[in-house]
Amino acid sequence: IRCPKNPVASVPVGLPLVPLSTRLLRRAWGPGAVPSLGFSPPAVRTSVTSRYETVYRGTTAQEEAALDVATAREADAALHPLQDASLGSLTVYVVPENSSLLPQGISVYVGKHRSALVRAGGGLAALRTRLRQLTQVMSFTASSITAALSDRMPDSQLGPDARRHLKSSLGYEITFSLLNPDPKSHTVDWDIEDAVNRYVQPVLDKLSLLANFSVDSQILYYAVLGVTPRFDKESSSFLLSAHSLPHVINPVEARLGSSAASLYPVLNFLLYVPERSHSPLYIQDKDGAPVSTNAFHSPRWGGIMIYNVEAPASPQASLPLHVDVDMVRVMEVFLAQLRLLFGLSREELPPEFLLESPGNEGLADWELDRLLWAHTVENIATVSTTLTSLAQLLDKIGNIVIKDDVASEVYRAVAAAQSAVAELATGHLHSAFQASKEAVTSSERAFFDPSLLHLLYFPDDQKFAIYIPLFLPMAVPILLSLAKIVREARQRKKEPTKMD
Amino acid sequence: VCTSRFWFNYRHVANTLSVYRSVKRLGIPDSHIVLMLADDMACNPRNPKPATVFSHKNMELNVYGDDVEVDYRSYEVTVENFLRVLTGRIPPSTPRSKRLLSDDRSNILIYMTGHGGNGFLKFQDSEEITNVELADAFEQMWQKRRYNELLFIIDTCQGASMYERFYSPNIMALASSQVGEDSLSHQPDLGIGVHLMDRYTFYVLEFLEEIHPASQTNMNDLFQVCPKSLCVSTPGHRTDLFQRDPKNVLITDFFGSVRKVEITTETISLDGDLAGFE
Repeated sequence: IRCPKNPVASVPVGLPLVPLSTRLLRRAWGPGAVPSLGFSPPAVRTSVTSRYETVYRGTTAQEEAALDVATAREADAALHPLQDASLGSLTVYVVPENSSLLPQGISVYVGKHRSALVRAGGGLAALRTRLRQLTQVMSFTASSITAALSDRMPDSQLGPDARRHLKSSLGYEITFSLLNPDPKSHTVDWDIEDAVNRYVQPVLDKLSLLANFSVDSQILYYAVLGVTPRFDKESSSFLLSAHSLPHVINPVEARLGSSAASLYPVLNFLLYVPERSHSPLYIQDKDGAPVSTNAFHSPRWGGIMIYNVEAPASPQASLPLHVDVDMVRVMEVFLAQLRLLFGLSREELPPEFLLESPGNEGLADWELDRLLWAHTVENIATVSTTLTSLAQLLDKIGNIVIKDDVASEVYRAVAAAQSAVAELATGHLHSAFQASKEAVTSSERAFFDPSLLHLLYFPDDQKFAIYIPLFLPMAVPILLSLAKIVREARQRKKEPTKMD
Repeated sequence: VCTSRFWFNYRHVANTLSVYRSVKRLGIPDSHIVLMLADDMACNPRNPKPATVFSHKNMELNVYGDDVEVDYRSYEVTVENFLRVLTGRIPPSTPRSKRLLSDDRSNILIYMTGHGGNGFLKFQDSEEITNVELADAFEQMWQKRRYNELLFIIDTCQGASMYERFYSPNIMALASSQVGEDSLSHQPDLGIGVHLMDRYTFYVLEFLEEIHPASQTNMNDLFQVCPKSLCVSTPGHRTDLFQRDPKNVLITDFFGSVRKVEITTETISLDGDLAGFE
């Protein structure tokens, strides 16, 4: 078989979702359970199938020229304007086995945008395996979709990753806090506004398709960690062991404050400057080695980094010491934690893969696609659960009043969910995501409408139970006398014929 | 949640404040606590020691403290508001501190005290919440995945009737007395003139004072608190809806807040100078 010199496989990825079917099952919840009160939990059958549409073609002359450069990175940059870079699509260039674009030992190079270079070799079967691994890395895997659907899956099927990542939300609040427990010894200055504009804003701009972000910052004085670190003589430093880390967060959290106005999830990033008496402070991992980043994070909450101040050269230096925080180092860690909180990790990769670093943008285009796939599926699943539950509530309480705006929200949610599923099936990720966001907003607004409180509506049997004892005793003499009147009237009618 | 008003129900407010205090001590911040007190005992004109609420005779422990944050007070404690907080069907103007912003990974502890009967709990001496309504509210919470696991503790007369009707998964319930029994109060204080605490909560509080954030005590120990000899009523509990074995469930899972933590091992590399060029 003679392959063209640089064949190109262009892969728009489609994800048709089998309509989620919901069946109401009466289930007994264990021994001695109370018979269900008509509000049975749905037994949900969820299935998701995925499909990749693959298109093969040869390279154009421009692409050949772009690939004719020294390194893979330059090739990637040159190829970027030539691609159809719509959300959700991937472009894979298969280069000959002896090409010098990819370094030795690397057979797959994943760029910053939505393209990858794959080295041919080992036959078609090996190529296909590599392509499959590549699509799993760059778009989604079965486990990432299962994690997105974690609400509907029984716990046994979920891996440990399932509830770690941030849930899909319309917006997130990010708060940067500087904790200075020892203002007498350290006067800490951090140029947070500049750092946010320079380093954080580009990342948030990239993520702006996903959700709205708002950033604020604060400085807290005399805020101590809840745990006393141990002094380690060998390294003459203080150490925080890994198992004491969970207890660090709580005493601080009470003082962090949370934005009073918004209901979005809050991500807290804390920078802790240890007291002079506890400097330098390092975090120990489970094996006892100090952690290079000196930082840790908690899923769905945020991250903490410890910033050690160097001891002054002369012991007679005047206190307080002035500290200018190196924001680049700090932001590198915080942005890495932000990525991890969202679930973008680069750790589990096959060895022959090389990933391009996204630089100041914080995340590659295909990583954004990964988030969008997972969040779209999660949104659609949430809408389906919400609307089903709302329908059950209406079934149970027959005389609940649905206001017009609630009804219109429900219609809108259903229409948007259907269009999201349709778009997802054809692989139009952008419109599918927007539709799913609209569906979630409408369904949440409908479900949490204050007028739907079931307390406000009495079932019919309660009404009977209240009014019958009231009216029945009164009704008895009335009915009896009515009967008597009717009988007398009938008798009077008969009388004239009798009288003669 | 404390549901009774009037001065002679001092003990219910003291109950609630003791649990509130333990929970705060074990690490849960105010932003994660919704405290509902139906009446004000600390500043009640009949309180001989103003600004204090004591839980122990001889006034050893002032559970009112300095940083109590009451979210629903006095006439705001109604069945409707309580159910609105649980199900989330709250008017949009409600402030954040009055909302239950939980998600599918939150463990929720609900503690209710007041006067109750077979199948109901009395709110404010004028309305009642039935066990059916409570069970339905929990089901609504489960459908929207507003909780991961829920621990429901109730200290009223015939408290066990309140958890009979639960049918949503992952709920564990404890009550101070069985159906047909009354929950009794612990001891009157002659200086203040009323009963200060209920027996069940008193012994629970003693038990909780031994717990610290890193403690490994599990739920089975909590079930043993207050045997009939001390409590006169028989405390009950219900664990059939709960998926984990109670002896694997730590007290701090509900009463304290211990987060899962991961060490950050990856960093990204930022080009410090690049951002200077627009």
